[in-house]
Amino acid sequence: MFLSMNWISDFVDLTGLDKLDLIHRFSLSTAEVENEIFMKGSDISGIVVAEIKSVEPHPDSNKLHLLKVDAGDAEFTDVVCGAPNVKVGLKTAFAKVGAKIGDIEIIPRKLAGYTSNGMCCSEKEIGISDDNSGIMEITDDIPNGTDIKEVYEIEDIVFEVDNKSLTNRPDLWGHYGIAREFASLAGRELKPIPSVDLSAYNSLPKVDMKIEDPLCQRYSCLQVENINVSVSPVNMRIRLFYCGMRAINFLADLTNYLMLEMGQPMHAFDSRKVEKIRIKRFEEPFTFRTLDGVERNIDENTLMICNDNTPVAIAGIMGGLDSEIVDDTTTLTLESATFDAVSIRKSTVRLAHRTDASMRYEKCLDPEMTVPAIARFVQLLTSIDSGAKVVSSLTDEYAFHYNKVTLNFDKAFVDKYTGIEISNDTIVKTLDSLGFGVTLNGNDFSVDVPSWRATKDVTIKADIIEEITRIYGYDNFDIHTSKAPLYPVRAAEEKTVEDKIKDILVKRYSLHELHSYIWAYYDEYKTLGIEIQDNIKLVNATNPNIETIRRSIVPTQLCQVRSNVGFAPQFGVFEIGRTVNGVKADGLCEEHKKLCITLYSKANSVETLYYNMRDILCVLASDIKHRALEFKAADATLSYEHPRNLNEIICDGTVLGKIGIVHPSVSKKIDKKAAIVFAEIDVPAFAEITPAPIVYEEPSKFPGIDIDISFVSEIFAPIGNVIKEAKCELIKNVQVIDTYSDETGKSITTRLTFSHPEKTLTRDEVMEVVNAIIEKLAAVGISLKQ
Amino acid sequence: MKEKLEAIRNKAEAELKELTSAEQLENFRVQVLGKKGELTSILKMMGSLSAEERPIMGQKANEVRAFLEEKITEKANELKQKEMQMEIDSMPIFDISAPADLSRGSYHPITLVQRECERIFKSMGFTVEDYSEVVTDYECFESLNIPKHHPARDMQDTYYLENGQLLKSQTSAAQNAIYRKYKDALVNDGVPIKAIFPGRCFRNEATDACHENTFFQMEGVMVDKDISISNLIYFMKTMLSEVFQKDIKVRLRPGFFPFVEPGFELDISCLICGGEGCPSCKHSGWLELCPCGMIHPEVLKAGGIDPEEYTGFAFGLGLTRLAMMKYGIKDIRDLNSGKLSSLSQFTDDE
Repeated sequence: MFLSMNWISDFVDLTGLDKLDLIHRFSLSTAEVENEIFMKGSDISGIVVAEIKSVEPHPDSNKLHLLKVDAGDAEFTDVVCGAPNVKVGLKTAFAKVGAKIGDIEIIPRKLAGYTSNGMCCSEKEIGISDDNSGIMEITDDIPNGTDIKEVYEIEDIVFEVDNKSLTNRPDLWGHYGIAREFASLAGRELKPIPSVDLSAYNSLPKVDMKIEDPLCQRYSCLQVENINVSVSPVNMRIRLFYCGMRAINFLADLTNYLMLEMGQPMHAFDSRKVEKIRIKRFEEPFTFRTLDGVERNIDENTLMICNDNTPVAIAGIMGGLDSEIVDDTTTLTLESATFDAVSIRKSTVRLAHRTDASMRYEKCLDPEMTVPAIARFVQLLTSIDSGAKVVSSLTDEYAFHYNKVTLNFDKAFVDKYTGIEISNDTIVKTLDSLGFGVTLNGNDFSVDVPSWRATKDVTIKADIIEEITRIYGYDNFDIHTSKAPLYPVRAAEEKTVEDKIKDILVKRYSLHELHSYIWAYYDEYKTLGIEIQDNIKLVNATNPNIETIRRSIVPTQLCQVRSNVGFAPQFGVFEIGRTVNGVKADGLCEEHKKLCITLYSKANSVETLYYNMRDILCVLASDIKHRALEFKAADATLSYEHPRNLNEIICDGTVLGKIGIVHPSVSKKIDKKAAIVFAEIDVPAFAEITPAPIVYEEPSKFPGIDIDISFVSEIFAPIGNVIKEAKCELIKNVQVIDTYSDETGKSITTRLTFSHPEKTLTRDEVMEVVNAIIEKLAAVGISLKQ
Repeated sequence: MKEKLEAIRNKAEAELKELTSAEQLENFRVQVLGKKGELTSILKMMGSLSAEERPIMGQKANEVRAFLEEKITEKANELKQKEMQMEIDSMPIFDISAPADLSRGSYHPITLVQRECERIFKSMGFTVEDYSEVVTDYECFESLNIPKHHPARDMQDTYYLENGQLLKSQTSAAQNAIYRKYKDALVNDGVPIKAIFPGRCFRNEATDACHENTFFQMEGVMVDKDISISNLIYFMKTMLSEVFQKDIKVRLRPGFFPFVEPGFELDISCLICGGEGCPSCKHSGWLELCPCGMIHPEVLKAGGIDPEEYTGFAFGLGLTRLAMMKYGIKDIRDLNSGKLSSLSQFTDDE
């Protein structure tokens, strides 16, 4: 919203104050002001009011005319002008020789053979409207030669306030409310709005008007006729233009002017078309043509202004084409109303049509404002058009009253909240300047909230703190730390585990951490031939591709691997991210935090890669939990899982997740020649595992003995189990040092390292243990390699 | 015999010079000094000598043996040295000037920025909390004093799920749970609530270089008796000076957020120009950085904390924005792109 300092100055005398500094303080205390401040009129000088005394056609040009103008000098000035609206007797804006318009200095200049000693200007050229169709036509009686800046408010400081920063301040949607803030900041008095006494019209007939729907809070109206002025005064047009509105005609300009001044949207109907004003909703949807000519769909929730049963306007949003003021309108009905803010906002969203009026209504306008706005309208109208006549009494239905808000608090409350000393006197002065009614009794305050702040903005004591502190100025705050005592802070185990996982994967295994989205991407999955697992869906995704929430990060990561195939012949990626596993019995989503790792390699065999992945997982468990992992063969159920080598990952009896190879049908779509393996574990489940303690053992001073034995077995697990079951404290380490396959099958060479803390072991002592292991293995059908 | 001994000595000495390997040397030693060696076989002839000659010849033979043994040892050392030299010479000169292999893993830039923030806040006594991504309407809105018809609830801003839950649109969604988690310690033991909660947030909007539907924020709260606006400004200034590792000027402007009262927009002096005005701060000298404010009494109440007795402040930092500022990332979509060409560059956790 653009704001004019001239307009603000109508209501507060800022003489002698630095206006730019005030705007800056406004930005810090009230609402954000955009950086660019417009010094209107500062770029023009030497432009005077001048009268065209004669008009001669140019002998060589159809468009140009040779003029003599009276610019207030002893002699008339010769001017060549191309504007179509030149005529004798017309007063216009004239840039004399030496005048400046922007960067251009006016000098005598030859135009088609004739010298022009100056230039007649359009309104656009002097920056007061966007009308460039001809030269400015001045109808006011102003002596020739008068500097135009002396008679019109061309010089102004205009600034823009971010609308978003006004969402909670319905009172700031017009210049008067803004002026109140400036008055408070400057410590000057706020003047009342010029008005008329509407009770003078009480004897006139009422308008037939009835609120038939609770969504209309208040409806005030008045009928006026005999308006003869059609073009608004120049100053009014300048203000509208500077504030971003285009002048249309006097009546439309007047309603807009009122809205920009008081924040109260107004609407004028042709009284012939609205004889019985009814405010209501319709049960059946229908279409309605608004005054911009657009056909709009109206549903049962949209509040309408009607002439009996015929809709004539969408309440608070826009009037209808059929009831608009037209050339032969003689009597008009002026509407000044308030409506339920939520209803207006919802209708705006539904209609996808936001107007200057609806923008204001959405903010919960003060219903107390409707009547003063009409009074101001009548005052302005009659001061400009003395023939205009009020022909009805004020008709006003006030259906919904906001509660009066009174807040009680004491000085200690203010001290506690601010942490600084603000005197009772300052508090009273500040609140008073903002229109709050303050009573101070000792250190106890009782504050009446003014109607324009009570619609939703100021309702609790903390709101009063804001009023006091923002005007006090946050830059003026003395800042200090809290007095809170210190307590030890313990890191959450899960968070610590996550950090460790990331460090190990990045620092030890050179993996790359990625982030992704929580939903499944239909199109990308499809490219890879991955089926979407059915899961809970988003109900309002704008992109239908992302409707389903993922159950696993693996498919996401496979898509990422695919897009990185050219990055390097070998890489690994990981993410700690969320998945959802359907809905639990309580109706809430079962959310999981998972670690997913994918390894990709063109250089290594799938076997090597698979073992790499196993080692990574085992190191995570060993490093973070000092525990070993177990693996248990699992059946592939998902489209991307290779049926072979899919294993559950188990730690301390808890199933953490799965390790597997990517199904060739998917893998080949990513890269025909590469091996891809994945693993996914549940992070909280892993974090919850109690770490095995580190048990320190004095290293033995006596030499140990290594025994290598080869067993015929496809897998190591049974060998490992038997060794574990032997529970021999002398076995310090178990390693697989070789595997060998021949016609008799696969053999695994296992090295057992024995040592005793207090003596040198003999071979016999060791062999006793080894033989027992061999026997036990023989019993389950695993023999020694011959 | 004496001549013979001398002949052996001379011949041996001459032959010794020709030897080139440890193996030859050993063969030579056996050939000369071994049990069946030349010297030994000469000594076997000692029996045929007279009693006077015997000790003289014996001495002479021992001299020759000692002499040869010494020469062999010398030769052995010489050969050893030669071998060592050969091993040394066989070592090629490596090209240390060639570029090093720097391939290593990488952290996501958000992780790096998040860790940095966590470190700072931990050092000031804040706990680091984690929270779910799927939350209820109550957590995300109702408990935060966001009324039913507030625009923030509009369908176009929030991703809703079929069961009525939603993807959290702000980290503030964790506030209620955190108040409930720590309120007993606050009320019974006087332990102030000081917590930060970084997390992923979601907004249902079209993406472009500046907008993402999935991004990270970090919320922070502090609740105790007598927490004031003055404390809020102090903490924000101190923390942000740590985050940016320089003395940051902050300024507060009124800002409206339903869960704080008063609410503020916090600006920091421009990091590029220091407040002079430059293109990156649009010549204002200030950067709008984070919303903050005094926690709304209704929000404390919803968290089981009596607002008449306790006050607090809350703030929200855009971790995604911080990461972009810190590393000069221009397109926000790069962060979730999974593109290793971009993301593999963040190798170190400072």
